[in-house]
Amino acid sequence: MAKKRTSHRVLPGFGLTFGFTVFYTSLIVLIPLAGLFFLTSQMTWAEFWAKAVTDPRVVASYKLSFGAAFIAAIINAVFGFLVAWVLVRYSFWGKRIVDALVDLPFALPTAVSGIALTTLYAHTGWIGQWFDSFGIRIAYTPTGIVLALTLIGLPFVVRTVQPALEDLEAELEEAASSLGATRGQTFRRVIFPAILPSLLSGFTLAFARAVGEFGSVYFIAGNMPYKTEIAPLLIIIKLEQYDYHGAAAIGVVMLLASFTFIFIINLLQAWSRRHQ
Amino acid sequence: MAGVIPSRIGAQGVKSRRAVTEPLWVRSLLITLALLFIALVLVMPLVLIFTYALQQGWAVYIASFTEPDAVSAIRLTLITAAITVPLNVIFGVSAAWAITKFHFRGKNILITLIDLPFAISPVIAGLIFVVLFGARGILGPWLIENDIRIIFATPGIVLATIFVTFPFVARELIPLMQAQGSDEEQSAMTLGANGWQTFWRVTLPNIKWGLLYGVILCNARSMGEFGAVSVVSGHIRGLTNTMPLHIEILYNDYQFTASFAVASLLVFLALITMVVKAIIEWRTQQTITTITDDTLLLEK
Repeated sequence: MAKKRTSHRVLPGFGLTFGFTVFYTSLIVLIPLAGLFFLTSQMTWAEFWAKAVTDPRVVASYKLSFGAAFIAAIINAVFGFLVAWVLVRYSFWGKRIVDALVDLPFALPTAVSGIALTTLYAHTGWIGQWFDSFGIRIAYTPTGIVLALTLIGLPFVVRTVQPALEDLEAELEEAASSLGATRGQTFRRVIFPAILPSLLSGFTLAFARAVGEFGSVYFIAGNMPYKTEIAPLLIIIKLEQYDYHGAAAIGVVMLLASFTFIFIINLLQAWSRRHQ
Repeated sequence: MAGVIPSRIGAQGVKSRRAVTEPLWVRSLLITLALLFIALVLVMPLVLIFTYALQQGWAVYIASFTEPDAVSAIRLTLITAAITVPLNVIFGVSAAWAITKFHFRGKNILITLIDLPFAISPVIAGLIFVVLFGARGILGPWLIENDIRIIFATPGIVLATIFVTFPFVARELIPLMQAQGSDEEQSAMTLGANGWQTFWRVTLPNIKWGLLYGVILCNARSMGEFGAVSVVSGHIRGLTNTMPLHIEILYNDYQFTASFAVASLLVFLALITMVVKAIIEWRTQQTITTITDDTLLLEK
C-alpha cells in the first residue's frame, strides 16, 4: 500500500461524504444490530442462558456448525494451498480458466450451489452413487455439510495464499538449494514459514464464512434436529415459531463469534504484513 | 480488515522464470490433484446444473422461466437489485472518498463497521430486520397500527439485501484510492477545477475499473442472496419470492428441471461476473505493464 499522502481538508466534500457514510452505516448496520442486542437485553440472564447456551438442541447445532466449518477450513487450507501453488508455480493447459473458476463460489448464489451439490452427491447422483457403492453417504449427513462449506470457503484460501506465493523471491529458494538443501527441506524451512501467516488468514476467513453459511448447507444437510441441523437454520426455525427471544439469543452468540473472528483475522493480517 | 479478500485489480502479475523447481512427476501429480479437486467441487456442479436444466429439451427450459410465478420472481429480483446496487454504489463512493482523502478520528472503527456485514451470517442479516420490524419485533406493534408492511414484503427483502451487499463497492474502492493518493485531485483543484469536476474528470477515470468490479459483484450477490432474503420474505408465491427462493420452492416440489432451469440463469450471471472480472484484471495489468515499460525506457 502506498504512503499516506492524505491532505488536511484541501479537497472538498468531507462534510457531505462523511456525513452520508455515517448516516447510511448507522441506518443499515448499526441500528439493526443494536436492535438485536436491545431485544436480548430484555431477557433475564437465566432465560438467555437457557435459550442460547444450555438447550441441548442448540448446543448440538453449535457443535455441528463450528465442527463442520472447522473441518471444511482444514480441507480448504490443504487443497486451497495446493491450487494456489499450482496456479503460481506451474504452467498447464487451461490455467487461466482454473484461475477464474476459483472465484465462482463468490459469485454463484448459495442456493444454486446447494441444489447442485445435493443432486450430485445424493446416493443416486452422478458422484454420490459411486461413493454409495462403497457404503459412503454424503448428502443428508454431516459429510455433505462439510462438502458444501468446502466449496464456499475455497476462494478465501486460494486468494490469500496466491499473492504471498507470488511475492516469494526465487533467489531465496535458489540460495537454499545451492547451499545443499533438498527440495523438501527448502519447502519446509523456507517456503512454508513465509506463507504460513497468509495461509492462517485464509483458513480463518474460510472458517468464519463457513460458520454462518446457510444457503448451500440447507439443501444438502437433511436438517434433522440434533444430527444435521446447523445453528443458522435453528434461528430460522425459532423465528417461524415466533420465538424471537430464542432466535435472538442464538443470533447474539453467533455475532459474538463473528466479532472474535474479525479480531483474530485483524491480528493475522497484521502479522502477515510484517512478514512481507 | 476482516472478511475481505482484496481483488487483484491493479496488482501486477508476477512472471518469473524459476531456476529451482520440482521434478516433472511431482509437478504432474500436484497439477492432477488440484484439477481433480476443482473438478469435483466446482466444475461438476456447473455441468450438472445445465444438464438437468436442459434434460427435457428447450421448450421446457424456456417455459420454466416464462411461467407467471417465475416471471414475478425474476421481476422482484430485478427490482431488488435496481434499488440495492445504486444505493450501495453511492455509499461506496462517498465512504471511499471520506476515508481515503481525509484524516479523522475513528477511521479504523468506521472501516471495521463497513466490513462487518461480510463477517455476519446472512441468516442474522435477516434476523436483525425481523427483530426490528417483525410482527412481534421492537417496532412491530407501531407498524401494524399504521398498516406498514416491511417483513414478508418487498421493503424487508430490499433491506436485507442492502445489508448483505453493503461492503462490496466501498471495499473495492478504498484500497484502490488509498494506493492512488490524492496528488492528482489536488493538482486539479489548484488548476481551478471545482469539487465535482475533480471527481468526475480525475477520480472517476482512475477508479472506473475497480468501481465496475464492485458494481457487478454487488449486483451478482444482490440477485443471488438466499439466506437473508429467505428469513424476511415469507415465501409468498408470486409476491415475495425472489429467484433463489423460487428455485428452492421448485426443488422442494421435486420440479428439478424447472428448478435447475431458473438456477441456470443465475449461473449465467455468475459466469458473466467472473468473465468481466478476468477482463478487468487483464486490462489493468496491461496498463500497469505499459506504464512500467515506459518508465524503464525513460530511465535508459
